Formats: sequence, structure tokens, C-alpha cells
Amino acid sequence: MADVNGNGKFLVGIYDDDDVVLKAVKDVKQAGVRIHEVYTPFPIHGLDVALGHPRTRLGIAAFLFALSGTTTALLLTAYTEAFDWPMIVGGKDSYSFPVYIPVIFELTVLFCALGMVGTFLVSNGLGPAVKPLMFDLRTTDNKFAMAIDLSKNKLAEGDIEQILRSSGAAEVNVKQF
Amino acid sequence: MASAHAIPSLDEQYEFTPAAKRRLLIGIGAGVALVALGSFLLASGAGAHETHEVTHGVGASTGDEGAHHAFKWTTRLWANVWLNAIYFTGVSVIGMFFISYNYLAQAGWSSAFKRIPEAMPAYLPFMGVVVLAVFFIAGHDLFHWTHEGLYDPQSKEYDPIIAGKHGFLNTPFYVIRVVLYFTLWYVLWRMLRNYSLQEDLYGGTDYYEKSIKFGTAFLVVFAVTSSTSAWDFVMSIDSHWFSTMFGWYTLASWHVTGLAVITLTVVTLKERGYLKIVNESHLHDLGKFMFAFSIFWTYVWFAQFMLIYYANLPEETIYYRERFSGFGGIYLAPFFINLLLNFAFPFLVLMTRDAKRTYIFLKIAAWGIIVGHYFDFYTNIMPGTVGEHGGFGPIEFGMILIFACGFIWTLSTQLTKANLIPKNHPMLEEALHHDI
Repeated sequence: MADVNGNGKFLVGIYDDDDVVLKAVKDVKQAGVRIHEVYTPFPIHGLDVALGHPRTRLGIAAFLFALSGTTTALLLTAYTEAFDWPMIVGGKDSYSFPVYIPVIFELTVLFCALGMVGTFLVSNGLGPAVKPLMFDLRTTDNKFAMAIDLSKNKLAEGDIEQILRSSGAAEVNVKQF
Repeated sequence: MASAHAIPSLDEQYEFTPAAKRRLLIGIGAGVALVALGSFLLASGAGAHETHEVTHGVGASTGDEGAHHAFKWTTRLWANVWLNAIYFTGVSVIGMFFISYNYLAQAGWSSAFKRIPEAMPAYLPFMGVVVLAVFFIAGHDLFHWTHEGLYDPQSKEYDPIIAGKHGFLNTPFYVIRVVLYFTLWYVLWRMLRNYSLQEDLYGGTDYYEKSIKFGTAFLVVFAVTSSTSAWDFVMSIDSHWFSTMFGWYTLASWHVTGLAVITLTVVTLKERGYLKIVNESHLHDLGKFMFAFSIFWTYVWFAQFMLIYYANLPEETIYYRERFSGFGGIYLAPFFINLLLNFAFPFLVLMTRDAKRTYIFLKIAAWGIIVGHYFDFYTNIMPGTVGEHGGFGPIEFGMILIFACGFIWTLSTQLTKANLIPKNHPMLEEALHHDI
């Protein structure tokens, strides 16, 4: 996970086209530069592969959140309806499983959804008091930004800037956090 | 065949080999032999070990379709023909359903293998003939509502509930409807198929535009006929009972089975070296389709079960009582096999991303769904038609073999009639680069 609250000096290459930035990622990596992250206004096919991101573990997180919801719902319904205050509704036994499937289903979905919202906020460094890293405001509109963390690269700043420019960057800016 | 480009050749001609034909003929022969053996056992009474004595189920069975005539062993034979005909009618028509909604959604990825769902409805005319023939030969044994006395207030058989459904459940209207279903489905499929074949020859986007129109027309037709045919083919067997979920439920069942058949065919063809342009992403999407719609089927199944279970109205719960404990409990096993194979099994097998991209997992899941939905229709059709005389013997196995081999035969024949890849399909380019 990237250091979202990172401080330090970044070089930000700005690109105009998604095809160019996709090729630039490969070229820049080829030149031996470590890329911090690429920011795009829309998802680009194959970008995650080009950047070499590891397989996402979001699925595992979602499964575990969902499982916690299922467990909670099972315990909740069993405790309230069968142990704490047994009740007969519609002539059923005090704990008749099919009745609680909707509850179990809903809590499974709810826990999964809320858990994933939380995961999203944490993994993207979003939150009420957190100041997000914004490398270039135009990446929310029509520009593509490639951020290079200078502290994590051995190459000189000038060399990296040259590499970015030759890979097709329209401009290269310095960003200090 | 090796091409210098990354994209494999688009010219692929499926070959229906004599060896494959021989295997299918042996399959049909074995099926006929099994059916003959089963019929012989039943007719001579040796099959009595499969007919359980009704002990616990009396209350469940006699109350409903009270005026049953003496049971004839042929009823079980015809019930099996009916069951398989309905099952394969569904699988066939889902091929048309699949290409229609893919046209309407202007989906690109599915064009890579669209010849397979496109070939499936070729089985429809045969199924139409079988369905009508069974109805005329054995409709009286299978469908309680065909008894004239039910509608005559003077008759001691008179049944006010079924008489109230006479406007819909009467033989002339029924036959008209059945003919209409098969005609509409077949004719609309024929149009789409012809456009698709002409597109291969002449190219251009005209055929694509026309296909969208007729595909949409089919979806409108199928929106109504999928429900009404489910009532006619399956629900009307239990003439007293009704469920407002039944149309959806049968559509869900047919749909997921059709998707499993498409997936299985795609994987099998790929294993034999065909469909080179179909990549892991296509398989992944097909896997997601099966996964999603097996859950959808479960959702609808449960929605139907849940309401009846909770409301606990005798005229509704009888349906599940027959399947749980009625007829000596012989339908309890199929009932749970149904849930296990159609929900738990594909849910667990297809959950991970890797499984949806691996041949063997896709095949296991597809087979689970295909077998599971046989049991779905089995639990829906058998209790109302053969009741305590049901079972699982040579007749059942043999009939599945006959119908399945016939289906594979027509599917293979259709596949040979065109290039396996619709090479002038305007969306093919998108399918070639499908990447998720």
C-alpha cells in the first residue's frame, strides 16, 4: 500500500492520453524508475498489470465482512428468538430457521457493504480529518498524472524528468508534501 | 493455422465426426434399451421395489387431487418424456434468450462464441412435437385438469376451484398456446439465425440492426410466454395449487441451465482446439453468469418457498408437504439434491476468480447445475403426475440419455452449418480484445 500520508518530494508527469500513459508506465519502469502511482480520470484497462500491482485482496476482505454479518445475524436471531424471549409466531417453533434467512441475508449484505466502504476509506486514505494527496487537480478532469517518489528512487531528479518527458509527458511538475 | 498475429484465425469449421455420431447413437440406443427394460419391469410388476407403500403420505396426497384413477405404469413413462421435453425445451429456448438480450444490450464479448447459443434452439421443433404428442396421448393421465367431470356441477367429480380456472385451463386453448409458444420461439430464432448466417456472407451492419429489432421482439414475446409456458408445462400439473413466483422460478431454472450448457459447450470445444479466440476473460464472464444466476434461481426458489412456509395456508403448503413427507417421503431426497446442486455447489465452486478461469472448475460447476436442474424439474413434475409410484430407475436414466443425445446431435449439426466464429459480426473486434 502506498504511503498515503507520505511527505516528501514528488515528480509528477502529466499526460494527455490514456494510451500514451499506459505505454509510458512500461517505458518508465523499463528505465529503472519506481512509480509511486498513476492517477487517471477513468479506469484504464491493463494499467494495474503494467504497474505491477499485486492481485487485489478485496475479495477476501469482502468475504470476511460478509461472514461476520452472517455470524452476527445467526447469533442475534438465535439469542433473541430462542433463548432470551422465545416466541411463537405463525405457529412455528421458536427458532425455525427459514424464517431468519432474510435477516441473515440482509445482515450479510449490510456488513459486507459497510465493511467495504470502511476498507475503501482506509485504503485510499480518505476520512474526515485526512488531507488527501492531490498531485494534480486536473486528473479529475482530463489529464493523467504519474507520480514518482524521489525519496524512493536512486536516479537524479533531472534524469527522471528527462525519462518522463521522453515517455510522452506534456509537462513535469514538482510536488512537495 | 499458426498466424503471425496475436489474434488467431477467424475461420473455424466445426466437424461433427463419425466417431461422435456413433457415440451419440450408442447413447440413444442405450437409452432406448434402458427405457424398454424399465417399462418391462414396471409392466410386469417387478419394479414394485421402487413404488413405496403410502403410509405417512396419505393425508398429503389424497386431499389434493382426490379423484385419481387407478395408476397405469405408462403414466410414469409419459411423465418422464414430459419432464425431459420441458427441460430441453427450456435449454433450447434459452439459447435464443441469450443471444437476444446480448443483441439488445449491444454486448460485444459474447459474439466470440455466439454460434453456440445460436445453435441451441434448433432442438425446439422436436420438443414441440414431443410436447404436443405427449399431451394428446397421455394428457389425461398427467394433467388432472383435463378431466371433463371437474367442470360439470352435476358430476360427483365437480371441483369448484379447478372449474374457476376453466377459462385458461381447457384443452383447445391449451393446445393453441403450446403451438403458439413453439411457433413464435422458433420463427423468431429462424430470423435471427438467418441474419447471422447472411452476415457471415455479406457483412455490414444491416443484419446487426435487424437482429437487435427481432431479438427485442423475442424478449417481449418471451417475457409473457416464459411465464405462461411455465404455468402450462409445469404448474398446471398441480391444478389446485398456484404460485405467483412460478413463471420467474421456471425462467430462472431454464436460464441457469442454458448458461451451464453454453459454458460446457464452449469449454468442450476449446478443449478440442476450436474457438481459439475465446480467452480466459470470456470464460470468466460465463462463470460469473452461472454463479450469478444460480444465486438468482435460489433467490426465486426461496422467495416462493418462504412466503408459503410463513403464511402456512393449507392449500399452498400442500405443495411442499407432498415433497417433504408425502408419498412415503420419496421426494425428499430430490428436493434437497436440488438445493444442494443448484445453490451450495456452484456457489462454493465458482466463488473464486481462479475457478471461473479454469476449465475443470467450470465443467464441474456446469455439470452440477445441469444435473441439479433436472432434479428441479423432477421435484416439480413427478409428485403431481406419478405420486407414490415415482422413483429413479432405468426409465429415468434412459429417457435422459435419449433426450440429451438428441440435443447434442442437433446442436452439433447446427454448429457444422456455419463458421464457428461470426467473422463479420460488428462487435467481434470487441470480443477479440475482451480483457477483464
